[in-house]
Amino acid sequence: MDRLAELGPDFWVAAAETLYMVALTLLIGGFAGLVLGVVLYATRAGGLMPNRVVYNVLNVVINFFRPIPFIIFLAAIQPLARYVIGIGIGNDALIFSLSIAASFAISRIVEQNLVTVSPGVIEAARSMGAGPVRTLCTVVIPEALGPLILGYTFIVVAIVDMTAMAGFIGGGGLGNFALVYGFRQYQPAITWAALLLIVVFVQVLQFLGNWLARKVMRR
Amino acid sequence: MALVALKNVTKSYPAPDRKGAEIVAVDDVTLDVEPGDVYGIIGYSGAGKSTLLRLVNALEPATAGSIEFDGREIVGLGERELRGIRLGIGMIFQQFNLFEAKTVRGNVAYPLKVAGWKRAEIDARVTELLDFVGLADKAGAYPDQLSGGQKQRVGIARALATSPRLLLADEATSALDPDTTQEVLELLKRVNREFGVTIIVITHEMDVIQSIATKVAVMDGGRVIENGDVFDVFSAPQNPASGRFVATVVKGVPSPAELAVLRERHEGRIVTISFRDADASQAQVFLELAAAGLDFELVYGGINDIQGRAFGHLTLAIRGADAAIDAALASIGARVEVTEAR
Repeated sequence: MDRLAELGPDFWVAAAETLYMVALTLLIGGFAGLVLGVVLYATRAGGLMPNRVVYNVLNVVINFFRPIPFIIFLAAIQPLARYVIGIGIGNDALIFSLSIAASFAISRIVEQNLVTVSPGVIEAARSMGAGPVRTLCTVVIPEALGPLILGYTFIVVAIVDMTAMAGFIGGGGLGNFALVYGFRQYQPAITWAALLLIVVFVQVLQFLGNWLARKVMRR
Repeated sequence: MALVALKNVTKSYPAPDRKGAEIVAVDDVTLDVEPGDVYGIIGYSGAGKSTLLRLVNALEPATAGSIEFDGREIVGLGERELRGIRLGIGMIFQQFNLFEAKTVRGNVAYPLKVAGWKRAEIDARVTELLDFVGLADKAGAYPDQLSGGQKQRVGIARALATSPRLLLADEATSALDPDTTQEVLELLKRVNREFGVTIIVITHEMDVIQSIATKVAVMDGGRVIENGDVFDVFSAPQNPASGRFVATVVKGVPSPAELAVLRERHEGRIVTISFRDADASQAQVFLELAAAGLDFELVYGGINDIQGRAFGHLTLAIRGADAAIDAALASIGARVEVTEAR
């Protein structure tokens, strides 16, 4: 416990780093995943803009990357991170890699939620002369918004999970803090402090997601 | 000039598997819908009527034939041009297909936004439409807070927003209870009368046709097997399938089984008299039977009102001397159709 008090300031810095990584990943990966998911949904057979080539290429790419364990992906993608954002280590490199990994996962969740939108509603929009892009943006996404929010809530918990691996490439955050000061220095109290704070983050995020989804679905 | 003119229209889908034959949903249909018509298309499910309706606003492209809307050929037009045409054709659906995430106001405003109206104009138009369908107080409600009848009224307001000349109704009352069905049909009649909107109604319920349509086409196996004025088709269906639909609302000639029951319960000769434009001839028939000193009772049938004209089949059990009955029937038969059950 004394050790924890000693490390207090570092602990809060680590907590802030975790939140920073989660927030930025959710922003970048969340947007990219939304776009990918909408493209998957629109180009599938019988979709609003069916296109077998685009759909199949995306499908294969996503299926290729999705099963890769994140810690291996992190190592494999490092050169690309260095090339694109100029640095291959640290929190920003993690955000880069995690955004890519998350966008693939999110695209599937988005696709799955969009296919639940009733075809009748889409037909109604078409019968009013709405084009495919307008139908996607003003009908399909708003109609699926509630389930989409729940899907994003699910994925944000996974993102919190994956930010714990930042230490592997020299990043910080609560995961790294628990490993460096808790696990390696035989201080279970510190490991547990980091763990509990992560649980609190996850609970709060889940609560916010549920609340927002309920508000959108008015149920 | 017809508002919608279908000429030899066919819609087929590729075979579901390599060996199977292609599926012909609409088979060589030729049909003219005149401005101001309420055109009913009736058939069992799978008859091709929903597909036919979707060919008219090109939600489904026709495989062959010609479809003219307001004098303009739409078969073969690109998606972009079709969008412009769809703005002039409203559509309502069996399951209403309202946007659940938008309010009533948002639903009705949607086609106007698509059409590029200005915000102030949209607001005024939506208010006017909600007044028309009697839902001004529900503008801020979401569809899941409405009853089925209210939802369909929102659907109608939404379909009429851009002042289309044609309204397509796809089983618009099939999900509603009888009272609400009448309410929605009355509204559609007002749409037709007050705005002069031509309506094509798809249904499998003959009473919908009876209460609203001026013309009717009967579909079976993708083909139109009979069409014409509602009165003509109802009073004298030319095709057995049309006859079956007519029989669902018109109590016509008793079937052999019903006849056996009638014979058991009533003495005398069983005679069916068929009226068209019944009002005058009915009284004369009864006067004549009474004058001949015959004893008769009404045992089956009814008189129907279609678009203000009456017709029907009345089956009588007539008792008296055979010669007197023969003479009376011969005399009546000069005026109306008389069939004696053997």
